[in-house]
Amino acid sequence: MTELCDRTGSALSTGLAAGEFTAIELAESSLARVEAVDDRVEAFLTKTPQVALERAAELDTYLSTGAPKPEVAGIPIALKDVLTTNGIRTTCGSRILETYVPPYDCTAWTRLSGAGSVLIGKTNCDEFAMGSSNENSAYGPVHNPWDLDTVPGGSSGGSAAAVAAGEVVWALGTDTGGSVRQPAALTGVVGLKPTYWRISRYGLIAFASSLDTVGTFTRSVRDAAILLGALAGRDHRDATSVADEPGDFLARIDRGVKGLRIGVIADAFGAGVQPDVAASVRVAIERLAALGAEVTEVDLPHAEYALSAYYLIAPSEASSNLARYDGVRYGLRVDGDDSIAMMFATRGAGFGPEVKRRIMLGTYALSAGYYEAYYGQAQKVRTLVIQDYAAAFAGVDILVSPTSPTTAFRIGEKADDPMAMYLNDIFTIPANLAGVPAISVPCGLDAGGLPIGLQLTAPALDEATLFRTAAAIESDLGLDLRPPLLAGV
Amino acid sequence: MPVEIDIDHVALLARLDLTDEERARLKTQLGAILEHAAKVGEVAAADVAPTASPNPSVNVFREDTPEPSITHDAAMLNAPAQAGGRFMVPKIAETGS
Repeated sequence: MTELCDRTGSALSTGLAAGEFTAIELAESSLARVEAVDDRVEAFLTKTPQVALERAAELDTYLSTGAPKPEVAGIPIALKDVLTTNGIRTTCGSRILETYVPPYDCTAWTRLSGAGSVLIGKTNCDEFAMGSSNENSAYGPVHNPWDLDTVPGGSSGGSAAAVAAGEVVWALGTDTGGSVRQPAALTGVVGLKPTYWRISRYGLIAFASSLDTVGTFTRSVRDAAILLGALAGRDHRDATSVADEPGDFLARIDRGVKGLRIGVIADAFGAGVQPDVAASVRVAIERLAALGAEVTEVDLPHAEYALSAYYLIAPSEASSNLARYDGVRYGLRVDGDDSIAMMFATRGAGFGPEVKRRIMLGTYALSAGYYEAYYGQAQKVRTLVIQDYAAAFAGVDILVSPTSPTTAFRIGEKADDPMAMYLNDIFTIPANLAGVPAISVPCGLDAGGLPIGLQLTAPALDEATLFRTAAAIESDLGLDLRPPLLAGV
Repeated sequence: MPVEIDIDHVALLARLDLTDEERARLKTQLGAILEHAAKVGEVAAADVAPTASPNPSVNVFREDTPEPSITHDAAMLNAPAQAGGRFMVPKIAETGS
């Protein structure tokens, strides 16, 4: 049976404003779903039912005065546990922050909270957002609601699974190399990575600062546009956030794709891509053409080097960012004879295998004698990737590819092979290197009934065209994306 | 060819305690990852400028306006050890004999 928590944010916003149900009823619906399924999905690291019900009650009182209601008000939301929340534990999926309670909110949450959003809890993720399966969390894996034996993708796996299972209406994640789009594809929801400088990263606990982006998980394209509208804009606490006015992301969302120039990334359908993923994305492209888009093929000649560049740049930045975990001011401390010994012991005990791997990789790539050959050369490749996009967008408005080369894989299947795991991000990484916005939209199911995602990429700051294209394909395909887990709920 | 790495030296730079098993595994895994990553060297890019950030803006300034910030007590809440409002750490210097 569908409940309030299964509806979209835009429908719920209208219903709340019209008095069809209360914010308390909506929060209770979401909390009941968490109660019913989260022992199997394990999307949450920290649940905040009391905070949610108090907030909902306040909102109901406010709404009874007839005051205008922001669209995100009252909508149950979850935040990936790398986004700081004042007074609520924030772990980054790591032992080193197991008891860390931030004294401040990230700007993304400050904005949503200020507009009346209702926090249901903090979601599980790969440790410090490093991973593509959520298996790198110190607190155990998340289970994909479409098949509990498979991964939900990562690193924002908990947020993706929570939205897919209706535990929340929408959620925030972070996307450094595909950590919103890939789990969205694997769980059958919409995942948006906006332009690098669109949403403030203040309070996003840093992994790779030149790539980290706050992103959204929703069950409709319209919801992604609404949520971005509430999150976007300049923040003086993040000097990289955009000075431009965000504009109206909903204005052109229903305009359709007639006359839009769509470029299919020619190399994105070859070896390593699961055949039914390629076929499903091809069908979606044919539908876009049938709806009036002009479809051509384009090349991103340096895309094959993007993965290599990413796995030098991101670990290099991580090795520097994670130097702050030294056992002095917050987080785990393991005692030693002196401060240096304490630092070695704390970091050795507090970080998991993938985080250690990336710290070591980054430290090596930045070390004397290797800097130019690895980090320096990777930064040059980054320039070439940016130039590829500029050349492609001179001829087309939107680029299309699969989001991920495969659908959800089994828990444990790739855990011992870092290179195989890193290849999950081959189609999502280039957008992070270039800072351009991209979205994953569900476009079908594979032979085993697991969701497939279509990735659309637009020039910097043109999220409006992403939404317009994504909404057209969403409406045309009209998929029923209720995971089997919910049949018995 | 897999890249040969001096794991002990890198672990020292990273201030990271590693077990013998972790050292052996990382040596193999990092060697393989770096072999793949070395592809960046195949691109002839001598005349290409490096990109550190995709953000086009530079030198963002704002007025130096005082505003409330977190309190001293709040900043100390997560301290593993503290005394007199200061973070306590083990000794940081050798004591003279």
